[in-house]
Amino acid sequence: MIKGLKKWRLFSLLAVFAVFLAGCGQEEISTFQPAGQVAKDQFNLLLLASGIMLLVIIVVVAIFLIALVRFRRSKLGEDHMPEQVEGSHTLEMVWTFIPILLVLILAVPTVYYTYKLGDVKAMEAVDEDGNAENLVVDVTAKLYWWEFEYPDLGIVTAQELVVPTHEKVYFNLIAADVKHSFWIPSVGGKLDTNVENVNKFYLSFEKESEGLKDGVFYGKCAELCGPSHALMDFKVKTLPRDQFDDWVASMQKTADEPVVANADGEEVFAQSCIGCHAVSGVGESGAQGPNLATFGDRNRVAGFLEHDEENLKDWIRDTQKHKPGNIMPSFSEDQISDAELDALADYLMGLKVEK
Amino acid sequence: MSSVAQKRGFGATLWDWLTTVDHKKIGILYLLGGLFFFVLGGIEAMIIRLQLMTPNNDLVSAGLFNDLITMHGTTMIFLAAMPILFGFMNAIVPLQIGARDVAFPFINSLGFWMFAFGGLFLNISWLFGEVPDAGWTSYASLSLHSPGHGIDFYAIGLQIAGGGTLMAGINFLVTIINMRAPGMTYMRMPLFTWTTFVASAMILFAFPPLTIGLFFLTFDRMFSGNFFDHTMGGNTIIWEHIFWIFGHPEVYILILPAFGIFSEIFATFSRKRLFGYTAMVFATVLIGFLGFMVWAHHMFTVGLGPTANAIFAVATMAIAVPTGVKIFNWLLTIWGGSIKVTTPMLYALGFIPSFVMGGVTGVMQGAAPLDYQLHDTYFIVAHFHYVIVGGVVLAIFAALHYWWPKMFGTMLHEGLGKITFVFFFIGFHMTFLIQHWLGFWGMPRRVWTFMDGQGWNMANMISTIGALLMAIGFTVMVINIVMTTIKNERVGNDPWGDGRTLEWAIPSPPVFYNFAQTPLIRGLDTLWVEKMDGSKEMITPAEPVTDIHMPNGSIIPLLMTLGLFIAGFGAMFHQETSWGLPVLIFGLAFTFVMMAARSLKDDLGFYVTKEQILEDMKNEKGGRN
Repeated sequence: MIKGLKKWRLFSLLAVFAVFLAGCGQEEISTFQPAGQVAKDQFNLLLLASGIMLLVIIVVVAIFLIALVRFRRSKLGEDHMPEQVEGSHTLEMVWTFIPILLVLILAVPTVYYTYKLGDVKAMEAVDEDGNAENLVVDVTAKLYWWEFEYPDLGIVTAQELVVPTHEKVYFNLIAADVKHSFWIPSVGGKLDTNVENVNKFYLSFEKESEGLKDGVFYGKCAELCGPSHALMDFKVKTLPRDQFDDWVASMQKTADEPVVANADGEEVFAQSCIGCHAVSGVGESGAQGPNLATFGDRNRVAGFLEHDEENLKDWIRDTQKHKPGNIMPSFSEDQISDAELDALADYLMGLKVEK
Repeated sequence: MSSVAQKRGFGATLWDWLTTVDHKKIGILYLLGGLFFFVLGGIEAMIIRLQLMTPNNDLVSAGLFNDLITMHGTTMIFLAAMPILFGFMNAIVPLQIGARDVAFPFINSLGFWMFAFGGLFLNISWLFGEVPDAGWTSYASLSLHSPGHGIDFYAIGLQIAGGGTLMAGINFLVTIINMRAPGMTYMRMPLFTWTTFVASAMILFAFPPLTIGLFFLTFDRMFSGNFFDHTMGGNTIIWEHIFWIFGHPEVYILILPAFGIFSEIFATFSRKRLFGYTAMVFATVLIGFLGFMVWAHHMFTVGLGPTANAIFAVATMAIAVPTGVKIFNWLLTIWGGSIKVTTPMLYALGFIPSFVMGGVTGVMQGAAPLDYQLHDTYFIVAHFHYVIVGGVVLAIFAALHYWWPKMFGTMLHEGLGKITFVFFFIGFHMTFLIQHWLGFWGMPRRVWTFMDGQGWNMANMISTIGALLMAIGFTVMVINIVMTTIKNERVGNDPWGDGRTLEWAIPSPPVFYNFAQTPLIRGLDTLWVEKMDGSKEMITPAEPVTDIHMPNGSIIPLLMTLGLFIAGFGAMFHQETSWGLPVLIFGLAFTFVMMAARSLKDDLGFYVTKEQILEDMKNEKGGRN
């Protein structure tokens, strides 16, 4: 009996703990588990704001409940005539100035963080040799995929952003067609990609994505951009600086040393795909379709499907079924036969720069 | 025309409703029209929630989902919430200030028909299968990119409906300024009249930007304008500014009348005058003013820069202060009162904690850097449903129960009313509370589906179940309305027994000229003053019984709107068809001819004779139809 009770206690404790953990969401996407300084600042502001707001709610609900219990007509009698109070200057002052005070407490850090997070002066900083001091990534949002160019490194990739940890990474954001919004929930708040101007901000990544569920952080488009807005996901891989440098080096090599896992597949690719997709990671943004130099390393097909050959082939056969409104044409059996498609999938899955 | 109801054929009754300029009938028309669109928007909401019940659901397609969210938002704001509130304003405000009608009865009718035809125009898009799909905000880059005529329906439909709103706003302003009975000073006006006044002033300044924005959009899409096309030197951010310069005040246009409704209900059912009346009025005006200073907080992530963001963040937080003043004054109104929990009071009591929660999350989003995380996630969806459902919709339901006897002469069933409340209130919190966390967990808004394995499944399921409860609650209310109407048990002047304001001093429903003699207002809570003085008539007349001048009904408002409605289709199809341009010209010409007819033909109205009034006053004692 006692033992059973103990077990029950342990179980309920675990249940509470589980609920608490669930309340924090999933590490790769939750704003409750900040994985960078920007998200941490925002999380702290959230804690402060929530604290103040909880206080307000508690005070209001307390007065409300007491009034509700004490002043019911059923208790006071049908004939009870309350005193017709006009108001009270003192009370009006109290509930004007205390809220002003509370708002000020929130306003000061708000203004501070607004300027802090908006500071991109270091973006153009160069050392004595004229090399950029900070990593800058140019992000171009397109219907419905993301292009990431590293202008100082001469490389470009898509759908999966790769960044070094423990340093500020600066972003230039723009949209190529309609407005989108660039958001990595666990690393920091979003910034819109407008069509007519470049938006700049920074994020810092302070946790390696290695140990995460899929080995990546989740990125989202946060501005309605058409039918497949919900599927306009991207992923973020964060690496220690030395590994990042290795990755950059292998990216830069893809131009001269292409990876060919399946020669037949390469031939199909050269016939049907190369008009829009590049397989060399060296280049600039502005491509018709996502750069595929790192396709084999990626976590998803088309940004959101499980990363396997089956999905890849399904996708190529009917892109509209998976991502309505996207601009990639579908390829029927007349255009790419089943055998060719197998080879193509094999080839694409072999496009890797990571070991 | 006579106040004595005669048996009339269906045709005559229909003609009477189509041509009416009586503010009480227009109020009922607004209410019915608004409730119709409320049901439509509600069905859209249910489909949205069913689609999001499980991950990777395919109940609706991606394109259809965007149609649904766009039409849900647009319908609920422009075609449900505002018209229903206009319904109450029309039905009640003239009674509260002791007027016989609004200042411009003809324009009042025109306003209603523009709303009705605008709403119809927008929703006809469903029949064409080309539905607005860029969200109710219709941001320019996407709305220009959207194929088909969907966005055209949005631009023209809202243009027509918005014109009606502007007219209604101006009409209420003039009515409240000019038509108050003797003694009804500004500081004796009931809070519902005050909030109507401020909301109308906001309409006056907020709707012209929308009109201009929609014209720009119309020109861009249908007449090759380039206001927003950045490749031709346009700018999409301009649309965002224009939209939110309208859009933010719009939220206060909705919530202020709701505040007014609750102020009346708290005072009535606490049997106590509103605590801090002066402060309440001042807070209302201040909210109305500040409402125009904060639009860019909808655009913190647009990249306006830290200075703009910081200024708008602080301005936004400032609104919390007058809103807080209101909350505490309501609390102190019920404090020390004699609280009777009727159905309207139940809604008012439910409103306090719900709205406070919606308010504080608003302040949280006012903190710009925090908003970078919360913007366009399910957190904001939760926030604005907490203020709009927890504020405006609860107010609409409360007012429906509260003023139903005054508008229709019969009481909604209290028991069913409370059942409605329980289902709706629990369902509401169940639907939207959890959505705050969905936002924290990284779920963006306006997504037609979501992938499994992101930790959002359970919360979405809970949210959908809550929405079903809300639907059940609303269904009970519809049953209640139908049953009450069939039973038709007549009630007297002051069915709640604790009425404080002037509308409760006259029969339910009032005669078409409202007051046989214009009342003399002797203080705040006019009826309460009379009750405390033990006066038998409940109204101190300010004039002897004399002939009353009343306006004639007219079909012209409906025809004028019909012209605009036809012109709308012409504009939409003029690029691809040969008949488009002639239809556009015909529609506009038709409207102008109708305007000319109105201007050139003098309509002097008619007089209700003294004998008629004396007869009515005698009949009144024996009950009224």
